[in-house]
Amino acid sequence: MRRSTASWGFWKTLRATSRSELPKKAPRAEKWRRAMHLASFQFPLPVLSSAMLRKRAAPQETRMAQGSPLSRLKHSEAANGLALISPTALYAILLLAAPLLTILAYSFFKDGYLTVIHEVTFENYKAVWTDPIFRAILLRSLIVSGLVTLVTVALAFPIAYFLSFHVRPDRKSLWLFLITIPFWTSYLIRVFLWKVILGYNGVINSGLKSIGLIGEGQLIEDPLQMLNTVGAIAATLAHAYAPFAILPIFVALEKIDRSLLEAGQDLGESRVMTFLRVTLPLAMPGVVAAVLIVFIPTIGDYVTPELIGGGKLPMVANMIQAQLLPLDNKPMGSAIAVSAMAVVALISLAFVFANRRYLRGPK
Amino acid sequence: MKLPSLRIYAFAYLAFLYAPILLLPIFAFNDGTIIAFPLKGFTLDWFSQMFANDTLGRAVRNSMIIAGSTAVLATAFGIFAARAGTRFSFPGKGPIMGLIMLPLVLPEIMIGGSLLLVLLAIGIELSILTVILGHVLIATPYTIAILNTAFASLDRSLEEAAYDLGEGKLSTFRLITLPLVLPGIISSMLIAFTISLDEFIIAFFLAGNEPTLPTYIFSQLRFPKQIPMIMALGTCLVLLSIILLTIAEYVRRRGLKKTGAKDTGGFL
Repeated sequence: MRRSTASWGFWKTLRATSRSELPKKAPRAEKWRRAMHLASFQFPLPVLSSAMLRKRAAPQETRMAQGSPLSRLKHSEAANGLALISPTALYAILLLAAPLLTILAYSFFKDGYLTVIHEVTFENYKAVWTDPIFRAILLRSLIVSGLVTLVTVALAFPIAYFLSFHVRPDRKSLWLFLITIPFWTSYLIRVFLWKVILGYNGVINSGLKSIGLIGEGQLIEDPLQMLNTVGAIAATLAHAYAPFAILPIFVALEKIDRSLLEAGQDLGESRVMTFLRVTLPLAMPGVVAAVLIVFIPTIGDYVTPELIGGGKLPMVANMIQAQLLPLDNKPMGSAIAVSAMAVVALISLAFVFANRRYLRGPK
Repeated sequence: MKLPSLRIYAFAYLAFLYAPILLLPIFAFNDGTIIAFPLKGFTLDWFSQMFANDTLGRAVRNSMIIAGSTAVLATAFGIFAARAGTRFSFPGKGPIMGLIMLPLVLPEIMIGGSLLLVLLAIGIELSILTVILGHVLIATPYTIAILNTAFASLDRSLEEAAYDLGEGKLSTFRLITLPLVLPGIISSMLIAFTISLDEFIIAFFLAGNEPTLPTYIFSQLRFPKQIPMIMALGTCLVLLSIILLTIAEYVRRRGLKKTGAKDTGGFL
C-alpha cells in the first residue's frame, strides 16, 4: 500500500506536468518527455522512476527559473517538495529512525547492573539464538502469525471480491465503513471480549450449559477448555486484523479493468477459469500487501498472548517486554527485538520474491 | 447480485466482526458480577461505579489530552507530507515517504520499546508528553493516507488561477487549498484521535506512572470484580469511537462531493 501511494503521487505529478507543459516546450524536450512518459508506463517501479525523474527535472529547472542561483534553487520543485516534507521527515527521523538505530546499537552492548556498558559484543545474539526458550517462542509466534495470516486473507478475499464486483458503486463506501468500524474501536476491549467468550465460565460455555448441552450426563461433560491455546490466540488475532486484509485486496480488485474479464469469457473461458487466470493474478499485488500487513504486526502482538494465552503462551513481544521492563536487561531485549524483526523481514522478502511475477505491474 | 451465496457470506462475516462488540452492552447492563449466561436482570450500577472511580477519571483526562494533542500534531505533520507527496516530486521521495509510513506495518512494540530506550538514555522523564510523541508517530501515516485523497482530488488549476490573480503562496493556500481539503483535515483529526484513544502498547511503555484509558483497563482486567465496570466503560468507549468515525466518514464524503471527486471507498 505504501509503495502504491508513493508511486501514485509520482504518477499524478508526471501526468500533470506533461499535460500542462507539453505545448510550450521545444520539440526535443517534448520528445524526451514523451519517451519518459512511455518508459515509465513500462517500468512503474518507484525506484526506477524516481531516478529518471531526477534526470529530467534538471533541464526543466534551468529553463524555468530566472535570477540568481539561490532563488533558482528556492523555486525548484525538488527544493519546494523537500522543504514541505521536512517537518514530517525530521520527526520520523528523530523519533523513528534514530530509536530503531538505537535498539540496533543496544543489541550489541553489554548489560551492567542498572546501566548499559557501551562495549561492542555479540554475546547477546549468541545468548538469544542458543536459548531454546527463545527459539520455541519465535517458532510459536511464526506459527500463530502464519495461521492468522492464512485465515484472515482467505476469509477476506471473498469479501473484497463481493465488495468490488457485486456491490453497487454508491454502496461501496458504506460497506467499507461498516467493515472498518470494528477495527478502529478499542483493540484491548475486543481482545478481552474474546476471553469473555471463550473462557471456562465464558459466553460459549455458559450458553451451552443453559441450553443443556454441557453438564453431567449431557452431550459434553465438562466445559470446553478453549482459552490458553494457540488456536484461541489465532482466532482472536484473525478477528482483530480482518479489515486489514480486506482493504488492500479490495483496492487491487477495483483496479482490474472489467473488459479483461469480458474478454476472457468471450474467448470461451468459463467463469471459474476467468477468475483463476485473469482476476486472481491481477489481484495478487493486493493479496501480497494483505499478507504483509497482517503478518508483520501480528508477530509483534503483545496483548493477545497476554490475555488469551493467559501469559502461558508468550510470543516474541511478551519476551521483548519482559526484558525491557521487568527484567531491565535492555541489550538482551534489543537483541531479541532485532532478531525477531530480522526473521520477519527475511520471511517477508522471501514471500515478496516468490510472488515477484505478479508484482511487476502492467506489461 | 449473481451470487447470492457471496452476499450471505458477506453478511455472516459482518456478523462475525460485530458479535463480540455486541456483548458489551448486554453485560454492561446485566445485574451479575460474572460475565456469563443466563442474564440476571437490568442494572445501571456498573455505570455509576464507573463515574465514581477517581483513577478512571484521571485516566480519561490523560487520554483526552493525549488524543487531542495527537490529533492536532499528527494532522499537521500529515498535511505537510500529503501536500509534498501529491504536489511535488523531489529526490529521495520514496525512502522518505517509506520511513514516514513505516509505523503502518511495524509492530507497535518496536516503536514503544525503541522510543523507551532513547528517552531513558537521554534522561527524559516518562509522562503523558512522551506518550504523545509516540502516538503522533503511529497516527501520522493514517492521516497521510486520508489527506492524500483530499489533496489528490484537488484541482490544481484553481490554485494556478489564484496565483494568476495575484495571490501569494500562503494566501492561496489559506483561501483556496485549505477550504477544499478542510473535510479531509477534520476527518483525519478524528481518526488520529480515535487511534490515540485506543492505543495501548505505546502508552504502556511510555506513560510512566500516569494512567491512560487503555492502560487503566489493562490493569483492571486481572480483577474479576472489576470486569462488569470495564464492560460499561467499553460500551461508552465503543460508542464514542463509532460516533467519531461516523462524523469522520460523513465529513469525508461531503468533502469529496465538494471537490467533485469520485468516492472510491473508505479511509485507507
